[in-house]
Amino acid sequence: MSARLVTFTLDGHLYGVDVTAVQEVLRGQPQTRIPLAPDAVSGLINLRGQVMSAVELRVRLGLPDRREDQEPMLVVVRVAGETIALLVDTIGAVMDVDDEQFEPPPDTLAGPGREFLVGAYKLEDQLLLSLDVDRAAAA
Amino acid sequence: MDEIDEIVQEFLVESHENLDQLDRDLVALEREPGSRDLLGSIFRTIHTIKGTSGFLAFGKLESVTHVGENLLARLRDGKMSMTPQTTDVLLAMVDTVRDLLSAIEEHGGEGDAEVGAVVERISALLEGREPAVEVVPESLVESLVEDAVERADKSAAESAAEAVEAPDAPAAETPVVDAVADHPDDHPDDHHGRRSVADSSIRVDVDLLDTLMQLVGELVLTRNQIVRQAGDQQDVELTRSAQRLNLIASELQEGVMKTRMQPIDNLWAKLPRVVRDLGAHCGKRVALSMVGKETELDRSLLEAVKDPLTHLVRNAVDHGLETPEDRMAAGKPAEGVLTLRAFHEGGQVVVEVSDDGAGIDADKVGAKAVERGLRTANQLAQMTPTDVLQLIFLPGFSTAAAVTNVSGRGVGMDVVKTNIEAIGGTIEIESVVGRGTTCRLRIPLTLAIVPALTVECAGDRYAIPQLSLLELVALDADRAANAVEDVNGASVYRLRGSLLPLVRLADVLGVESDRSDGHVLIAVLQAEGKRFGLVIDRVLSTEEIVVKPLGTQLKAIGTYSGATILGDGRVALILDVQALARRVLNMDALDQEDRTGDDARGTAGRTLRLLVAGLGEGRKVAIPLSSVTRLENFDRTALERVGNREVVQYRGGILPVVRLNDYYGVASARDSEELVVVIYTVGDRSVALVVDEIVDIVDEVTEFHDDVTDHGVLGSTLVRDRIVEVLDVRAAIMSADPSFYADHEMPELQEAM
Repeated sequence: MSARLVTFTLDGHLYGVDVTAVQEVLRGQPQTRIPLAPDAVSGLINLRGQVMSAVELRVRLGLPDRREDQEPMLVVVRVAGETIALLVDTIGAVMDVDDEQFEPPPDTLAGPGREFLVGAYKLEDQLLLSLDVDRAAAA
Repeated sequence: MDEIDEIVQEFLVESHENLDQLDRDLVALEREPGSRDLLGSIFRTIHTIKGTSGFLAFGKLESVTHVGENLLARLRDGKMSMTPQTTDVLLAMVDTVRDLLSAIEEHGGEGDAEVGAVVERISALLEGREPAVEVVPESLVESLVEDAVERADKSAAESAAEAVEAPDAPAAETPVVDAVADHPDDHPDDHHGRRSVADSSIRVDVDLLDTLMQLVGELVLTRNQIVRQAGDQQDVELTRSAQRLNLIASELQEGVMKTRMQPIDNLWAKLPRVVRDLGAHCGKRVALSMVGKETELDRSLLEAVKDPLTHLVRNAVDHGLETPEDRMAAGKPAEGVLTLRAFHEGGQVVVEVSDDGAGIDADKVGAKAVERGLRTANQLAQMTPTDVLQLIFLPGFSTAAAVTNVSGRGVGMDVVKTNIEAIGGTIEIESVVGRGTTCRLRIPLTLAIVPALTVECAGDRYAIPQLSLLELVALDADRAANAVEDVNGASVYRLRGSLLPLVRLADVLGVESDRSDGHVLIAVLQAEGKRFGLVIDRVLSTEEIVVKPLGTQLKAIGTYSGATILGDGRVALILDVQALARRVLNMDALDQEDRTGDDARGTAGRTLRLLVAGLGEGRKVAIPLSSVTRLENFDRTALERVGNREVVQYRGGILPVVRLNDYYGVASARDSEELVVVIYTVGDRSVALVVDEIVDIVDEVTEFHDDVTDHGVLGSTLVRDRIVEVLDVRAAIMSADPSFYADHEMPELQEAM
């Protein structure tokens, strides 16, 4: 068994989501902020006439805020019938990974990461953290 | 007559469609004579026409289709088999039917068309006699029937089309405008410019219309963008094109919306039966009158309105109207009148359900609401009777027990309201005890595109649906400083004499307003039957916006009803005014309850809201605000005399007038045709107190100084360091209406039992 993931980086770490959930990847778009919305929902984006919410993965995963001058990239995913844009630092590639490389998250992992990470794929030079896209995009 | 005509029209459209299908089926049948499916289909079609024509009393049509049906039944059941002759006869029958339909369409009746021939042929075939084709035509060129018969003989396949399109001699002179109708006519001119029913309408898949609607929505968006950009640039050509685009897009939008429109009669058509049955069941006599049947609205809305409307109608018959005996006793005709009225008003469809029944007593509604803990007695005292009536829409108001007490109108009304509001509509109720009740629904024409006001707050843009918007008030810094007043921490603005609670959008959203020049912009909104002012930073424009749904996690916030894309491509949130009102106004109610709680603990001074009014000779009086329902300006001529008392007509009632100047024996300093009036209400009774001017509304810890009492003065108090007399309103009112408090003090519940 193997999986195919779309990879991206957040604060220097490599993350991946299942390729079947990803609709497209694009550059940052102007956002409309939503007062009273949950912290992780950073705004609304107009994608070719469709309005979708943008989820800031850095907030979601409890990572430090992105530098002001760094433009986020968008990974547009379809989850439970809704289209949602995930804000990430940079886009990586589509990567095939093998189940043998997989390991569940270490027991020492706590905090928001635990909730949204399925586990890690041990690549040769680094770890690819697999994101539970359903949970990360919802609520 | 109109109704009948409409039924006939529908019958014609349907039958024409069916006949076209029939032609194809018959021809196909000739190729595969054994096909049960085809025979079944043909049989059903003829059967339908027969049934309806019998119902509509078209005897000839019925007789032709009847024998045709018999023949088809035999064929279908395999008792006879198809022969070319059978096909001919059947086609001839179809043509005769078509002919009769044309006659009906043109003259409203079957005319003198000859049907005996065809009936005879079919009967002959049925009885197994030799089909006597040549025997038939006697009234030769009288109608198209014979034509069709001859042609059918020549070639069954051609017959249908040709008989219609290329009629022979008698019709040749007549300009053939109608594709179907071709009846020799004394007035050929009648044909001009008239399309037959079948040609003037087509059936379209609803999904296709929905897709079109969506596309138009997108087009409107793009148009908004282009018009905006063209406005920014100084290119005359571009501006001109943009204007044309604007125009065309608007018309297109209107046109597409129209395709989805259906007359409300589609909905109403079922109601006479409902009313009749229910009336019979409840032992009531009801005359149903329907006005504005042709009023159209979007079909999706029609569907959404169906249940609430039926509910309202049932309620009106069940609880609104009285029994014939009660009505006679009340001096009304035994037969109650239930009126449905629909009309367009300001981009909305208004649907009213009114009855001339017993009406709803606002007092009882109020008592019920207090009993159920939905409102406190204090809150109730500040509400107008109309506002009190709206309480029946509150969830939890209605129970089975309410049926007897509150004339039972509460049943399920909260559901009705919820359903109506779900489609962006509003509902309100009006009632005059003894005269009847009116429920008024206001429904938007369509859901997808709504006119909205775009505003700015803290640098972000928001859209407010026009539906909830009453007016805009702009105050410059100077006026704002005075006009926005403070009632114990709650801002209010005096809008034409009545107090409008103000809500700062920035506060609600928890953002920082960027307006620092002191200007105040107020959008006066209406929701939940209440008015409030939303303070915003800037008003941008009104435009038609396309509503886009929000994701689930944003819906949960409950402040936004959707999002839209503005002219520059940016997203703007649409404010959910209903939810906003619920949120803000309930918070107010909570505040009030907290305060009364404080009162109960009994501190030294009492916090009392007072309306300070000025009289002549520099006197000022304070009236407890809790009993003030409205501030009004009346024309001097509006006052009338009854005996030695002055009264004024107000909202369908008669109020006694108390001139406070006269009461205190001071000369009025006001010299104007307009009277400043404070409407003072206890329970369901009101008086109009005439004062010189409204000075202020104060809300301070007050101490009464009882030692300086004067005639009609309860005491004096310090208001902003000035001594103001607190009016003994009770005494003043008793002087005008000695029975004012009588009703209120009577134990009401005993009466209700």
